[in-house]
Amino acid sequence: MSEFSIKVGFLRLFAVAALVLLLRPAHGQLTVEITGAGANRIPVAIADFGGDPASSRIVTSVIRADLERSGLFRMVDTSGVAMTEATAPVFTDWKNRGADALAAGSIGASDGGREEARFRLFDVTKQSVLGGSAFVTSKATLRAAGHRIADIIYEKLTGEPGVFSTRVAYVVRAGAARYELHIADADGQNAQVALISREPIISPSWSPDGSRLAYVSFENKKPVVYVHSLASGRRVVVANFKGSNSAPAWSPDGRRLAVVLSKDGGSQIFLVNADGSGAQRLTTDNAINTEPNFSPDGQHVYFTSDRGGSPQIYRMSVSGGDVQRVSFEGTYNVSPRISPDGRSMAFISRRDGGFRLSVMDLASRQVQVLTDSNKDESPTFSPNGRMVLIATEMGGRGVLSAVSLDGRIKQRLSIPAGDVREPAWGPFNR
Amino acid sequence: MKRVVIPAALALLVAACSSTPEGGDQSGAPVESRAGGPSVATVTTGGVDGGRLPAVLTDPKSILSKRSVYFDYDSYEVKAEYKDLVTAHAKFLTENRQFRMLIQGNTDERGSREYNLALGQKRADAIKKMMALLGAREDQLEAVSLGEEKPKNEGHGEAAWAENRRGDMLYSGEF
Repeated sequence: MSEFSIKVGFLRLFAVAALVLLLRPAHGQLTVEITGAGANRIPVAIADFGGDPASSRIVTSVIRADLERSGLFRMVDTSGVAMTEATAPVFTDWKNRGADALAAGSIGASDGGREEARFRLFDVTKQSVLGGSAFVTSKATLRAAGHRIADIIYEKLTGEPGVFSTRVAYVVRAGAARYELHIADADGQNAQVALISREPIISPSWSPDGSRLAYVSFENKKPVVYVHSLASGRRVVVANFKGSNSAPAWSPDGRRLAVVLSKDGGSQIFLVNADGSGAQRLTTDNAINTEPNFSPDGQHVYFTSDRGGSPQIYRMSVSGGDVQRVSFEGTYNVSPRISPDGRSMAFISRRDGGFRLSVMDLASRQVQVLTDSNKDESPTFSPNGRMVLIATEMGGRGVLSAVSLDGRIKQRLSIPAGDVREPAWGPFNR
Repeated sequence: MKRVVIPAALALLVAACSSTPEGGDQSGAPVESRAGGPSVATVTTGGVDGGRLPAVLTDPKSILSKRSVYFDYDSYEVKAEYKDLVTAHAKFLTENRQFRMLIQGNTDERGSREYNLALGQKRADAIKKMMALLGAREDQLEAVSLGEEKPKNEGHGEAAWAENRRGDMLYSGEF
């Protein structure tokens, strides 16, 4: 049973059980629609899990939905099959059903009255075991266990980590004077409200450890930057200088934030410590300088400036020097976000009058426009770098759209009759 | 315009007070907790109350009741037609040193929210600079931006956009 050696402790959940009483579930849940899929989807069979039927159904459906939504897998029919991780698969049957890979598992009792979700993943062609795990879980965390299992299957079959266990933050405009900051699972489920305000909330940004969000709130009739600890709801003002305070971006080590302050006139990029102390100015010219974003190695800050006459993307060293222009095509290139591997930059480019998600390969400076929409905004990379989540507009309503870096896979995330904007994809759930 | 009496320091205090999570009515809420990730507590931001202004600032017959300067597309130049308006407000501030003014810059909805915030700041800064040249003191003035976040006209055509490319001048008690 060596493949069961990865035992991830879900015990931490029980430690935070008391906080559940503070949580407020969101009324509108995000629904996810797949609007484009990869060219060569891997055929995978996920057999119905054994054990308690209600629990098993939840885990099985989460795994299937996650893999299907990624656009990289095609679900193979498993009807009429009853098996668990302990059953030896009849590989020729699965080959006839067209599956390249097969997962089977069960929900069973674990020590101390808890439940355990176990699974095993098989390579049908090689007739071998690819991996498996057991997770301590509970009725309340079955979906999370399903996401964990889907992450492992995804990683074993694609070679890159899955993001099904990650979370996204976004802002819902729920009325003329009601703005809500939501945190939901990557599949749009389990949405919780972190902040309710009568005034706008923009530019949420996850701390690298996923425990805090920096954002801009207008609750004091001007933009002020806060850092909000999600578990406790404790908020710290990190920038409330005279004038406007905006565009927070975390340094990769989580110790500092780049922010935009107008206290000295104009909009200038500063570094501040995460508690708001030690503001240090990085840009010195009189042009607009905004939308800072760190390179993953923490050595550079990408940003938007109109210093050349039109808004374009530039890069400077983290000490403020060595400024280089990065974008050249067109007259409006904004909102730079660097991929986790540091090789690509997602940004918004105005093309034919529309604002469209584009990606630049930073080594070759080659640009690819990924959408044909008119109002793309606020790109944010998935932590594995495969997808970019953006805000866009559909039928006059704000929706979120996830687009793969090659532009093939597209998902739309929306709230029925709701206006969703300002997405921020959280880090890996460690 | 919603009225609030709330200098910046007090506003911060309100924000600080409001950061107590509302937990009282949440017992038994059907929230599914996340594996490995922290749970999320809900915070509601504070509301604020109104105040009173002298009639000269609110009487529709007084030029001082007019508070908006409109801008051309992608421009932050205060046009000649607004010179008298800005001059009148600068004079009021010069003669009433106890008053403070918040200048809010706004933009239309096109483009990046954060870039628009910076554009709105340029507009607010332009009005502030003119006000200061005409005698208002630096400590009476604050220029901020609302970017595209608080459109006066929520429409999507040029008429709506023109209304939203704007700087608003608010006095203590109005912001």
